[in-house]
Amino acid sequence: MQEAMIAKAKELLANGSVSRVIGWKKGEFSYDISPAVFETAEQIDADFVYDFFCAANVSKYLMKESRKEGKTLAFLKPCDSYSFAQLLKEHRIDREKVYVVGIECYGKADINKIREKGIDGVLGIKEDGTNFVIDSLYGDATVAKMDVYAERCLNCKSKKHIDVDEMLGEEGDVLDSKRFDEVAKLEAMTPDERYEFWRGELSRCIRCNACRNVCPACTCENCVFDNPNSDINNKAAATSFEENMYHIIRAFHVAGRCTDCGECSRVCPQNIPIHLLNRKFIKDINELYGEYQAGANPEERYPLVNFTFGDCEPSIVHKRGGNQ
Amino acid sequence: MQRIGVFVCHCGTNIAATVDVKKVCEVLKDEPGVVYTQDYQYMCSESGQNLIKDAIKEHNLTGVVVCSCSPRMHEATFRKAVQSVGLNPYMLEVANIREQCSWIHKNVEEATEKAVILGRAAIAKVHLNAPLVAGQTPVTKRALVIGGGIAGIQCALDIADAGYQVDIVEKEPTVGGKMTKIDKTFPTLDCSSCILTPKMVDVAQNENIKIYSYSEVESVKGFVGNFTVGIKRKARYVKEDICTGCGLCTEKCPQKKVPNDYNLGLDTKRAIYIPFAQAVPKVATIDPNYCTMMKTGKCGICSKVCSAGAIDYTQKDEIIEEQYGAIVVATGYNPIKLDAYEEFGYSQSPDVVTSLEFERLMSASGPNGGHLVRPSDHKEPKTIVFIQCVGSRSTTECGKPYCSKICCMYTCKHAMLCREKYPDTEVYVFYIDVRTPGKNYDEFFRRAVEEYNVHYIKGMVGKVAPSGDKLKVQASDLLNNEQLHIDADMVVLAAAIEADKSARPLATLLTASMDTNDFFTEAHAKLRPVESPTAGVFLAGCAQGPKDIPETVTQAGACASKVIGLLAKDHLVGNPCVAHPDEMMCNGCSTCANVCPYGAITYENKDFSRRKDGSMMRRVAQVNPAVCQGCGCCTVACPSGAMDLYGFSTKQIMAEVDAICK
Amino acid sequence: MQVEDKEFRPTIVAFCCNWCSYAGADLSGTNRLQYPANVKIIRIPCSCRLNPMFILRAFQRGADGVILCGCHPGDCHYTTGNYYARRRMTLLFSMLDFLGIEKERTRVEWVSAAEGQKFAETMNDFVATVTKLGENHRLEDLRCKKQ
Repeated sequence: MQEAMIAKAKELLANGSVSRVIGWKKGEFSYDISPAVFETAEQIDADFVYDFFCAANVSKYLMKESRKEGKTLAFLKPCDSYSFAQLLKEHRIDREKVYVVGIECYGKADINKIREKGIDGVLGIKEDGTNFVIDSLYGDATVAKMDVYAERCLNCKSKKHIDVDEMLGEEGDVLDSKRFDEVAKLEAMTPDERYEFWRGELSRCIRCNACRNVCPACTCENCVFDNPNSDINNKAAATSFEENMYHIIRAFHVAGRCTDCGECSRVCPQNIPIHLLNRKFIKDINELYGEYQAGANPEERYPLVNFTFGDCEPSIVHKRGGNQ
Repeated sequence: MQRIGVFVCHCGTNIAATVDVKKVCEVLKDEPGVVYTQDYQYMCSESGQNLIKDAIKEHNLTGVVVCSCSPRMHEATFRKAVQSVGLNPYMLEVANIREQCSWIHKNVEEATEKAVILGRAAIAKVHLNAPLVAGQTPVTKRALVIGGGIAGIQCALDIADAGYQVDIVEKEPTVGGKMTKIDKTFPTLDCSSCILTPKMVDVAQNENIKIYSYSEVESVKGFVGNFTVGIKRKARYVKEDICTGCGLCTEKCPQKKVPNDYNLGLDTKRAIYIPFAQAVPKVATIDPNYCTMMKTGKCGICSKVCSAGAIDYTQKDEIIEEQYGAIVVATGYNPIKLDAYEEFGYSQSPDVVTSLEFERLMSASGPNGGHLVRPSDHKEPKTIVFIQCVGSRSTTECGKPYCSKICCMYTCKHAMLCREKYPDTEVYVFYIDVRTPGKNYDEFFRRAVEEYNVHYIKGMVGKVAPSGDKLKVQASDLLNNEQLHIDADMVVLAAAIEADKSARPLATLLTASMDTNDFFTEAHAKLRPVESPTAGVFLAGCAQGPKDIPETVTQAGACASKVIGLLAKDHLVGNPCVAHPDEMMCNGCSTCANVCPYGAITYENKDFSRRKDGSMMRRVAQVNPAVCQGCGCCTVACPSGAMDLYGFSTKQIMAEVDAICK
Repeated sequence: MQVEDKEFRPTIVAFCCNWCSYAGADLSGTNRLQYPANVKIIRIPCSCRLNPMFILRAFQRGADGVILCGCHPGDCHYTTGNYYARRRMTLLFSMLDFLGIEKERTRVEWVSAAEGQKFAETMNDFVATVTKLGENHRLEDLRCKKQ
């Protein structure tokens, strides 16, 4: 796939149909991969990479790139393309300025899970059937893919792309995922247990804002948490209230717009399962207002700017989930 | 820092009996920014207002808090007072210590403590108040009346008489509405056409009135004083300006089997028709569903006989746009469909008719020239049973919960007319209640009973079963507590009336609110009965609720006076408590526009040269302050908090929260 | 409802829309229908003006319960505001519940301008519910607590 992508990128740069390419490049470590913009074939040859560590969602960066002169070539995984479509809907990206190449994705590896397998000094990753072969300072190691796939990939919602100009590889389908199982498990707990669970998680939050900064739905020109006029701005969570507030407001602001790409939890240095808050909203929306996938349909209004006369009353929250 | 004056009202003993007003003053005196406090017997009185005015002048107050009754009561009074001495009226807040404090609490200590907290919240809010100035918008001096029945006609005539232009949009080929179908009117029994048709002629001849017949409202943009309305002129396949209304085409048309809706389908008309002799405009219309030429391309007789050359089979629907300052909704009513009332045999026998059909049967312009005969065999009926409240005051699924209001009186009229014209006819009326409030109405009813010997029976009919050439009516007489069996020749059902089906989609176009029965809601049920809550939209006739002709005409006149009051203004002063975006924070994501019920938000690409990267153009929201009504929905929808609301800003509400929770 | 001084008296913030519920609250005053003094009303133009941040702020600053009252669905002065408020509050309350925060501390009730009785009953019931729950600890901010 990487070769095909590089060829495509060089071709489009060479014939002048795009001025730059957005993709991924390696960081200090092979698994430490970040989105990057390439403007020449030389840059691509030097740094362009696409492998099982290229998990980052690049859609958000197109906001900035699409404001520049000329077109930008973007390689979008299914996850990225949902976010991209949602951003288009919110007029955050100029579609005319982006050439989208959809790339197939069969899941990305989670470096933490690899480390848990006792593999350190990771230098590279290759696939071999249902296994990954991991090249490390201490030699090659083989692990089953299913054991080290990122959680969001194990519960992949869709292999389908939204709004691409061309595909590299096979186009996939929307999948039946079990992504709400974890949320349901929490819902089945008593409020006290849930409270303890979330205190345990959220009290670790260091307010590094990584979840917000990576989120393709958090694209505000000026975030309320940074805006002294919002009256809720704060840089560090001083009390449990502020930890809760930050995560409630953050999740609420993306409710109905979150495509469930899972970037928030991927980048969290404290491993807080932030995506569960987003998924809770998605699950509620699906159950209360009908199935809705952000980004999937450019015409559809998102659930919080929509209503039906017969919507359930807020008291439904008091009635359901009898776990007291 | 503001210089705030706090004024605590005793409201006689209404407040002072449960709230220690002196103590409230004393405590609030120490709040930051408060430079003056004062209590008084009646703040709303002239001397009370003078206290406020004097204090503003003497102490250079920049903000005022009045602790008194509900702001719904006297906020406007106090705003006017502070404005008269040069303070911006929006620098005033009212703390509601009567309705929401002294009147609901008995313990003086508790009530006083609460009054202090409510005062603090108001002070906290005033600290963040800013002077607001209402915007002005010009007024288009022309009105649109939707619906050309008696309500629309009367309203248009009154507006036109005041010298303003009015357009009437009527969906039927002629104006006149339901009243054209009615034979006689209660309680005077004068002929409906005789009083209506002169008005129709007046409308046609009035230079200020333009009639768009056979037309419908397609789109409404804009706001009070500045509506842009798209009107669909449906193709009638006859050039309206050329047709002379001679009617030759309607005699020569070979297609004779078109149900005549003017007579409610009781007889037929031709495929090209003029609804009735006095139609306005008197122009022929082709029904393309029946016209042989339109369907098969073969015929063209009407075109051949028309010496004026008015027939145009290729005519298309046309949409025109017009500007209006005010819109009157006069879309009227219809009787409900009686399909669900199988027990009355409406669909089983042609001799079971609705009251409106009965009007046509009685009318000289009706299918039988006014000679009352049974639709089935054209024999004169000898026994007629009238059933009232068919679908009215009904809590069942198929009925209407409200009283249709006109049925008691028209049934009484029908019964009386039957007895007068055909004295050998037995007439029974089954009723739940007979409701006859109105000038000369009860006298009318008494005449029917006492002079015309109409049999009024309290009770409901259980079943009407056609049997041979009779209709077997089973009913109960509640007063005599007996079962009745009547062999009737005709049964007349007083069907409930409902809002016209076009009303609901129209309400959506106008963003005007409706009740659950699809009647337009008035801005205030008692005090603003002819205005819709949507500014610039007015209500006349049955679109607002069931009513009879005198009441409709009264309401149409009232409605006209409100429209004239609006059109007489050169400018409208808006509500300054509107939403406003902070462009530096706006993402241009359209979320706010999606939730705005008024379409007040649009987007513009603006140059933000301070931003470093790439193009400096950004899409940002713009609020039209003349359209925004200040609900604040956008402020919450906006994820970045770029949208805020004057008068109820995020910071102000937060400050109130803080003051209350402290 | 008479509350003994020593008893826990919750702080309740009631956000009322200007057109229906605030008028309904006025009506319960006009009819002298009592409810506890710990209910304090904040007037907002429409239920859709209620930002979830206001609710959190109230809890932060020491509220024990927050209730939103608006026009009945279908009767909104601004035609659709309460429909949006309804969805927002449903999702927000569900999220609070998901975090283990007592869901009974938040409530939405539709109160028309004619329902003074309902307003008073709602407030009495809400105050009783929150009193039973006790102090708000799960969404408190210790810095804002009364000493």
